[in-house]
Amino acid sequence: MVLKTDAGSANLASDIEQLEKHNIIVTTLEKIWNWGRARSFWPLSYGCNCCPIEMMASGAARFDIARYGYEVFRASPRQADLLIVAGPITLKMAPVVKRIYEQMPSPKWVVAMGNCATSGGPFRDGYSILPGADALFKVDMYVPGCPPRPEALFHGLLELKKKVERGEY
Amino acid sequence: MLKTDPYTINIGPQHPSAHGGLRAETIMDGEDVQDVIVHLGYVHRSVEKIAESRTYAQFVPYASRLDYLASHLPTLGYVQAVEKLLGITVPERAEYIRVIVAELSRIASHLIFAGSLAIDLGATTGMIYCYRDRERIMDMFEMSSGQRLIASYMRIGGVSHDFPDSFYPAVKSFLGDLPKMISEYHGLLSGNEILQARCKGVGVLSADDAIAYGITGPNLRASGVAYDIRREDPYGIYDRFEFNVPTGHCGDSWDRYTVRIEEIEQSGRIIEQALRDMPAGDYLGKVPRIIKPPAGREVYHRIESAKGELGYHIVSNGTDKPHRVHVRAPSFVNMMALPLVSRGGKLQDIITNIATLDPVLGESDR
Repeated sequence: MVLKTDAGSANLASDIEQLEKHNIIVTTLEKIWNWGRARSFWPLSYGCNCCPIEMMASGAARFDIARYGYEVFRASPRQADLLIVAGPITLKMAPVVKRIYEQMPSPKWVVAMGNCATSGGPFRDGYSILPGADALFKVDMYVPGCPPRPEALFHGLLELKKKVERGEY
Repeated sequence: MLKTDPYTINIGPQHPSAHGGLRAETIMDGEDVQDVIVHLGYVHRSVEKIAESRTYAQFVPYASRLDYLASHLPTLGYVQAVEKLLGITVPERAEYIRVIVAELSRIASHLIFAGSLAIDLGATTGMIYCYRDRERIMDMFEMSSGQRLIASYMRIGGVSHDFPDSFYPAVKSFLGDLPKMISEYHGLLSGNEILQARCKGVGVLSADDAIAYGITGPNLRASGVAYDIRREDPYGIYDRFEFNVPTGHCGDSWDRYTVRIEEIEQSGRIIEQALRDMPAGDYLGKVPRIIKPPAGREVYHRIESAKGELGYHIVSNGTDKPHRVHVRAPSFVNMMALPLVSRGGKLQDIITNIATLDPVLGESDR
């Protein structure tokens, strides 16, 4: 098909409209990738306290994270693109989490699940806790709660989905 | 004979079957385990230190975050220790409410044990079934306390709320379905040839070794020692209930699994009796608003948690904050048997042993 276009980009919008009439969609590769990425996060199965129990419950019967396409929990950081920091990050654990994050291939996202990962939570006054995961790396979504219900985790993941679709990461 | 050099394999702290943050440094000779070094402290949240800057009542939510799989049991131990310190008596009804939620917690914890054992050995379906039934217990906790997982339901002198009316039909239908559920687990897990092959004769812990290491709870009973604090040193009103103490034969992983499944049945029996005998009345006794035990008084109180003997040692200094709270965590002690039961086995048996010793790292690291 030959497009009858004027020179320059003045009529780009009408050109695209014309293409769509012939069932041709114009987009960018980045948009297609983000569309796919947002619908199939591969979370890393990492967690170190109460929150992972709710994370496991969200993967099990009744809540069923597979409804959203996020059920592929990976044991190796090299296969995952979503780090759900579930639970407090202790000073002993911090270098481990940092290393796990660095081992994940880009693009990657971080969800801070629960108050401990958000701000240190009830253990903030202790001597062995980091005041939140954002002390180590950039966090894309915070899910409050102690621990958050599985529904709250889903809400956080769906908000992250919108963010990834917009390409804001 | 081929001469080989030993080498080290690191399991955890980020590992799907590390139960949170357990690191096991394994020294291997070929596929045989020579030694296991257990590294703990990846979940150390300084709970005991925080307790010194909290009032007695403020520590209850921290206690429930120790053993988050059965959050009513560590809070029960803590409030009973403070009540012992103050000499408070608890209303009858509150005692029965406590027994019901504590035994439901024990069932929830053992269901997670069975589910995580299944998923550690590669059987995802087993985990789905156990979580399905556990959700019903979570619903009941939500009805009674407003929180699903970590319900800070216990109060010094009683519990925070009475049961709502919707609680009784839920717990009765759960108890009615319990035999069916257990036969389903037996069909799905116990009858599974792979699970049997991976558990039978793996990680044998003899009764003498278990006693010498201070192992308590289902792990000790699996070795054939019928020791249950609910029976030997009854706390609360546990002397009023009739229940069996299931024991194993040889202390292998299989026994640790079957003992816990039998304990689910016994907990169901206790809940049935408690529901039958529960009187009407207050759910919270008369407790002073500001709790100030006399200086120098100290107490040790122990309960049978889902993991073993959970003890609280509280020392008072006359103020509204404790001088020292020490937690005797059963998971910490039970984990010390991991090198003993893993030596001489294969690498994959370590995963079975971690799963069947059933540590909860929040409690063991504190």
